[in-house]
Amino acid sequence: MTIDFTKNHFDLFHLPISFQMDLAALDAAYRDVQREVHPDKFTTASDAEKRLAAQWATRANEAYQTLKTPLNRGRYFLKIHGIETEEESNTAMPLEFLMQQMEWREAVVDARSNKDEAKLDALATQKNADEKLLFGQLSAELNQPSTFAEARLTVRKLRFTEKLGEEIDDAFEAVER
Amino acid sequence: MALMQIAEPGESTAPHQHRLAVGIDLGTTNSLVATVKSGAAEVLLDHDSQPLLPSVVRYLADGSAVVGYEAKAQQALDPQNTIVSVKRFMGRGIADVAKYGALPYKFIDAPGMVKIETIAGVKSPVDVSADILRALRIQAEAALAGELVGAVITVPAYFDDAQRQATKDAANIAGINVLRLLNEPTAAAIAYGLDNESKGTFAVFDLGGGTFDISILKLTKGVFEVLSTNGDSSLGGDDFDQAIGAHWRKLLGLASADHGDTRRLLMKAREVKEMLTAQASAESTLKLSYGQEFKLRLSQDEFWAMTAALVQRSLQPVKKALRDAKLSVADIDGIVMVGGATRMPHVQRAVIDFFGKSTLNNLDPDKVVALGAAIQANALAGNRTGEDLLLLDVIPLSLGLETMGGLAEKVIPRNSTIPIARAQEFTTYKDGQTAMAIHVVQGERELVKDCRSLARFELRGIPPMVAGAARIQVTFQVDADGLLSVAARETVSGVSTQIEVKPSYGLSDNEIADMLKASFNYAKDDADARVLSEERVDAVRLIDAVEAALKKDGDALLDPAERDEIFAAIATLRPMIESADARAIKAQAAELSRTTENFAARRMDRSVADALKGRKLEDMKAL
Repeated sequence: MTIDFTKNHFDLFHLPISFQMDLAALDAAYRDVQREVHPDKFTTASDAEKRLAAQWATRANEAYQTLKTPLNRGRYFLKIHGIETEEESNTAMPLEFLMQQMEWREAVVDARSNKDEAKLDALATQKNADEKLLFGQLSAELNQPSTFAEARLTVRKLRFTEKLGEEIDDAFEAVER
Repeated sequence: MALMQIAEPGESTAPHQHRLAVGIDLGTTNSLVATVKSGAAEVLLDHDSQPLLPSVVRYLADGSAVVGYEAKAQQALDPQNTIVSVKRFMGRGIADVAKYGALPYKFIDAPGMVKIETIAGVKSPVDVSADILRALRIQAEAALAGELVGAVITVPAYFDDAQRQATKDAANIAGINVLRLLNEPTAAAIAYGLDNESKGTFAVFDLGGGTFDISILKLTKGVFEVLSTNGDSSLGGDDFDQAIGAHWRKLLGLASADHGDTRRLLMKAREVKEMLTAQASAESTLKLSYGQEFKLRLSQDEFWAMTAALVQRSLQPVKKALRDAKLSVADIDGIVMVGGATRMPHVQRAVIDFFGKSTLNNLDPDKVVALGAAIQANALAGNRTGEDLLLLDVIPLSLGLETMGGLAEKVIPRNSTIPIARAQEFTTYKDGQTAMAIHVVQGERELVKDCRSLARFELRGIPPMVAGAARIQVTFQVDADGLLSVAARETVSGVSTQIEVKPSYGLSDNEIADMLKASFNYAKDDADARVLSEERVDAVRLIDAVEAALKKDGDALLDPAERDEIFAAIATLRPMIESADARAIKAQAAELSRTTENFAARRMDRSVADALKGRKLEDMKAL
């Protein structure tokens, strides 16, 4: 069985290796691949084909999920250029950024305990705006190899805002309960 | 039918023979079976021309089971041995079942899933469900005059791994080849999507007898992509009956009603609930076992007030699903209403108010799931349908592992598109540690104790190393049925220890085979004949498939030696089909399958490349 796992996710979908992504083209390519490989197309096939279909469909899902969301895509783009984002190991972040994040997280905790949905909405809006700026920055940094190294910090920052987003969602859930 | 497909030795089966496949909606209250006949999906009727089979099983002293209307009619007479709403017990422990309120059954605590003591012996919810599924299979085979190739069985989207596994086990015990487990809202979307040729983003609101699901789907050119799903696997129409029942019990001072009378009361509650769909007030008469009669009355306003909290409860998962899909109500193009309980006007009203637009109700909410399942079954069985249908579904709940301090570490997040595989690395924390306990859990909470425990196993034989040196890779794999398997491997030493696990109540293949034999009351010969027949059918199908592939791509993708190897394997297998040696047929079919592995891989690579090439050309033309 020879699925070529050396191909990167961009190549798999016949898309250019770039952080800029034509999402419509990605969606279409993903669907085209799944139409060919999804296990539903192989329910009456041999065991060999069934296994292969499961592997291929799994691979296509993984590639699609990675390329679809900008943070995952950015991280993956760096990885295939040999740059690790060190999100677990590198904790050196600008103090100002950390203070801001802490402030927002405390605000989420407060809004959660006060069941203040309006405040949560405001925090979500703020977070989204912050995230948008960071993605703009990431996009610029990933546009030229000279700034790839700097993009690592931006990815790590985005990991913080992603976490913040999860906490806001959890808080919404808790408030609605 | 299966045996008839094998004509004379050496002669292959008719190439475009219609394969009998059905969709089964195994519901809490009612179950249905549907199929595609001359291009259209329709519900199969029983011998009394009824489309619905009540999901009720009564066990008798002689060990037999009565299923459907007859059992339903007897439930108040024999409540202990007449199991209703068994779906609510699937994959559930005794603590879960206690939440459903007073039930007449003698529950037995068993690892993973409760069992019920009946006059016909101890029955697990899997056994009871298998009895319902068997009745449906027999009904379908009678209606279609042939043996089924397989069935698509629907499950609530919010069913966890244990509930899914239990459902698949039940189908296997009932002698049904499961083509796929399909999420109920997705099935409903198929029925609607193909009928209306819809395009856009849809919410499927599915309030059944005992379960509630919400799925958000994107429809594009025959592709049904589930963006998110949520639900409450213990919220359904039954709870509305219980609310009415509780109200009357209090009103009439029936606190100490026996099980039979409790059933009578709930049946009346259900009757009145259904009447209140179309009228402002309803009444009925309750006759208790000792002859006492009560006039029961309820107005729509009273009913809606006493169940407002239940309706509100259904909206919470809707909000969560939208949030997970990163959408707001304004992004939803249509709302599909599924399940008998969505007939209640105040449920409709709440959904319309929430989304700010009217709902789609043009298909019968009781039948739409079975119809969608039939369409999918027809496609999966290999019958050419014309429509190119593709379902991309998700897992409803995150899957993870227990880590230090009783915390759950997510490995696969909820709403991941299936099939999916994810690996996570762990290490040893003691010098010389040779084993590691692995605890697989499902759920969204941080603490393991708040999640559902799916399986525990130990990885043994890790070579002794200093703490932190070993690399234990745990791989989670979720297949297209939404079922999980877990493997663990130590990667540093090169020693690979691998274990496949099933959830605690997943039955082993041997157990299923035993239950299958027992449940059919088959003499061993009959069971063997069934196995032989299945191996023969599979072997013929395999040869047909390989020959078709050879004819199409054999010259282009294989060198002569490879082609000869496959031809030789076919030549060995073909005469064996007529033999009575099921094992030998199976072994040689596996051998043929093995010889085609590289061929299959090349064909798939090429079909993917072709598909993408075609797309690029189209793009060029568009420019």
